[in-house]
Amino acid sequence: MTDSRTHDLPGRLADIVDEFQALEKAQRLELLLEFSQGLPALPERYDDHPELLEAVPECQSPVFVAAEVNRGDEADAEVRVFFRAPREAPTTRGFAGILAAGVDGLSVAEVQALPDDVCARLGLEEAVSPLRLRGMTGMLRRIKRQVAERAVAA
Amino acid sequence: MPLDRDPDPSLADYAHPDRLVTTSWLADHLGDPGLVVVESDEDILLYETGHIRGAVKIDWHTELNDPVTRDYIDGAGFAALVGAKGISRDSTVVIYGDKSNWWASYALWVFTLFGHPDVRLLNGGRALWEAEERELTTDKVDVTAVDYPVVERNDAPIRAFKDEVLAHIGQPMVDVRSPEEYTGQRTHMPAYPEEGALRGGHIPGAASVPWARAAAENGTFKSRADLEAIYTGEKGLSPSDDVIAYCRIGERSSHTWFVLTHLLGFDKVRNYDGSWTEWGNAVRVPIVKGSEPGTTVSV
Repeated sequence: MTDSRTHDLPGRLADIVDEFQALEKAQRLELLLEFSQGLPALPERYDDHPELLEAVPECQSPVFVAAEVNRGDEADAEVRVFFRAPREAPTTRGFAGILAAGVDGLSVAEVQALPDDVCARLGLEEAVSPLRLRGMTGMLRRIKRQVAERAVAA
Repeated sequence: MPLDRDPDPSLADYAHPDRLVTTSWLADHLGDPGLVVVESDEDILLYETGHIRGAVKIDWHTELNDPVTRDYIDGAGFAALVGAKGISRDSTVVIYGDKSNWWASYALWVFTLFGHPDVRLLNGGRALWEAEERELTTDKVDVTAVDYPVVERNDAPIRAFKDEVLAHIGQPMVDVRSPEEYTGQRTHMPAYPEEGALRGGHIPGAASVPWARAAAENGTFKSRADLEAIYTGEKGLSPSDDVIAYCRIGERSSHTWFVLTHLLGFDKVRNYDGSWTEWGNAVRVPIVKGSEPGTTVSV
């Protein structure tokens, strides 16, 4: 059975969408908080190279994102994504946590094929407000653009 | 029954000291009958990471705004919202939040639209409470819903609409946005492009006083003397003036509205909540660019 929300998503991202959709509004916020707490720390190699991180001005808090493309055959090459977001901005951290869990490790082709409205499929508009969700779309757009640039360069 | 006011000497000089409480007063009164503590933040999840014991959350975006019309909820909506949070008409409501109480001020201003009698801000907000290493908890709050009467909003005394602002040009106005937004270099706050506007600049005649000039480093309000030096000294406003404050969507100007009304005792201050996201997108309203207030109408 195909679901219009998940049929065109890679497995882990589809699972995350299903997980959110299965919950009531208030519980969706709790799950977002769990993703916020689960956001992996930024690798140390970025400590000395903050210029490698791109700011995401669509977010209401200072959040930075970096996408790396590991060696491999063009479209099959693995994408890694990393985020820095402050503790006092748990909503933004939660968005980053979802993308870290759902996008990190995908192939270049999979990242490029991610639909632009994926952030709208989590059922968070009502709980979080569409305005705040734009920050998450901003992160995804930047990831896709960075991957496009780096895949060509690799 | 409303609680007594915080007698702390740091509040005594303000025009309405009963509108502020200190962190130590709040710590001493947590759990008092008649007191409801409300957290109101920009970040909708911050409350869940830990809040003052017993505090309930009110979100400006998903709860205080009407979901369809760009307006606030109505009397029935407000009664249902706050009644469900355990707030009755005679509760003493103390509001605190992140970002030097921006959203807390905004929530307080909305409570004032409904004429809630006793609503106060926690001076210094969430940041000061945390800095003083006071307790935050993730324990769920057990709220008993109460009846709150349906009171319709009374917008006129403290809320201004676009046409009123247009008619007000030439009288005192305060633009509380950043200098870059005021001059028109930017149409949005740094980091808030999604709330941008098609045109940059300010409303003719508006004085530039970025909201943060009213805040001390620890997030509390500056002393009355320091505030007077800015608003009545430097900007020449008088407490009897009819003043309109605006920003981008009305939240930072709620902070300034609070300062002028409750700390300096101005009689007639209105918050233009349409603010720059309305004015900067409206057709044929006059705009001035640059650092001077200006008076020339430029279409």
